[in-house]
Amino acid sequence: MSSDRRGLEFWILSVFFALFVLFLYGPLSAILILSFQGPNGGLTFPLNGVSLHWFYNLTQQQAVGDFGGSFRRSFTLGIMVTLVTVVVSLLAGLAFRRKFFGATPLFYLSIASLVVPSIIISLGIGVMFQQIGIRPSWYGSAFGAHLTWTLPFGVLIMFAVFNRFSPSYEEAARDLGASSWQTFLHVLLPMIAPMLIGVGLFGFTLSYDEFARTLMTGGTYNTLPLEIYGMTTNVTTPVLYARGTVTTIFSFLVIAATLGIILWLERRRARG
Amino acid sequence: MTAAIDDAIANPAALKRTRRPSRFLAALPSYIQATPLALILGAFLLAPVLMIAAVSFWDYDFARLYPDFILTNYAETLGSWVTWRTYLNTLKYAVIVWALTLFIGFWVAYYLAFHIRTATMQMVLFLVCTVPFLTSNIIRMISWIPVLGRNGLVNTTLIELGIVPAPITWLLYSDFAVVLAMVHLYTLFMVTPIFNTLMRIDRSLVEAARDAGANGWQILCNIILPLAKPGMAIGTIFVVTLVMADFTTVQVMSGGQSASVALMMRNQMSLLQYPAAAANAVVLLVVVLFMVAGILRVVDIRKEL
Repeated sequence: MSSDRRGLEFWILSVFFALFVLFLYGPLSAILILSFQGPNGGLTFPLNGVSLHWFYNLTQQQAVGDFGGSFRRSFTLGIMVTLVTVVVSLLAGLAFRRKFFGATPLFYLSIASLVVPSIIISLGIGVMFQQIGIRPSWYGSAFGAHLTWTLPFGVLIMFAVFNRFSPSYEEAARDLGASSWQTFLHVLLPMIAPMLIGVGLFGFTLSYDEFARTLMTGGTYNTLPLEIYGMTTNVTTPVLYARGTVTTIFSFLVIAATLGIILWLERRRARG
Repeated sequence: MTAAIDDAIANPAALKRTRRPSRFLAALPSYIQATPLALILGAFLLAPVLMIAAVSFWDYDFARLYPDFILTNYAETLGSWVTWRTYLNTLKYAVIVWALTLFIGFWVAYYLAFHIRTATMQMVLFLVCTVPFLTSNIIRMISWIPVLGRNGLVNTTLIELGIVPAPITWLLYSDFAVVLAMVHLYTLFMVTPIFNTLMRIDRSLVEAARDAGANGWQILCNIILPLAKPGMAIGTIFVVTLVMADFTTVQVMSGGQSASVALMMRNQMSLLQYPAAAANAVVLLVVVLFMVAGILRVVDIRKEL
């Protein structure tokens, strides 16, 4: 481990790790390649020519589904979930820094939110809305359902951040005469900003890809994962892969942009 | 992100709190800050779960639900041997997937934590593992179809190499495919917590053991594995609860030939038999909570954060 010669263990584990990465990315690249299938190609290899036919097909009105609409809904919902997750987790993280009555039950409620099977939450919210007489919708019931999945991650990350956060920075700011709002804005927030952006990324991707929790709560209009799921049983052409490729590339772009922002913030902080 | 954690770890000043005269007044900001979380979880987690518990005692017909207090839903659920078989099948998936993800997850995390020497490389390789987990589960599932299918990559290759005379049919739409896809989907939930605990092992412990004459195997068994247990426990909670709640993977990858508890619930829901599904949900929830409680007896996760 700390010796300079790489032992046998290192090489065996390197091969193991490489195989794991191949296992993760292999199938994904298969559908990426197959989405460029020629117009007469099928769902499996070999490629029957190379074309953008299926991507073009994706933009056309189809017998099943509405790609543009479902993408817009999923995107909007993802942004809504991201904003609420970041703000609420930050506030909860701040709250947990002090002891207060009910802190432990609230913490365990957040953990429970991770543990309770998503289909149970879906069913519960669906039935609850039905009994109250509110129509389920992607921006209402599904929004709440997604938050029960993204918030615990956010709260746990914030909990971990503040567990390791030394209050001496804030004390120093206070000693220099900063108000508590100034301390928060100029000392605390810049230090935890990268983690908050990480929480936001979690919120967005978890919501953007969530299926089970949307199932009973989504209402009339489908979100993207519901659309894609519907396609898996109905569609037998590579247009399915084209849709998969487009959404995956979109996810990659979101992740890359977020990492870029985090790196930029870290650099700026290191310089300043 | 990790750099921020590292910064924070580098300054581990004790969490000293100044005592204020009035406890409630001092905690007032906390109450205000915790309110949004409490409201959201109350409305969309607690209330729905209570609703399910109530509805599981209701009566129903094809059109609507009738508030009542009957035990028929439970009697039907627990009295049917289909339920028991489905639970057994789901538990079988949970055990197999758990064992595989634990094995893969530990070695991947161990490799990243102890064999990769620079923090940048560690971060890069960790991200390489993480990125697929931030993309759609359903797409990652269907991406196995061109690989495992009858005319898929694996079968074509095997036939061309002359290893098998005809396509292997159990690769797709089988228990094998379900387990493979679940391992593919859920391994990161094991890698991340184990990596997190391994990174916090004091390297001087390993040095000390080596100086005392321990070989690599002894260091692994007597130092690293015991200290990695909390991470393994957290990973186990994630994987077990995800597998117990899974219905999409089972449905897509088994081609409808296998069942899981959540899939059974989903079928009842599509037949609008909500009270029956609710009774099932309560049973599933109790089983899952018992499993989690069992794991939590081994480790206090609050200390691990």
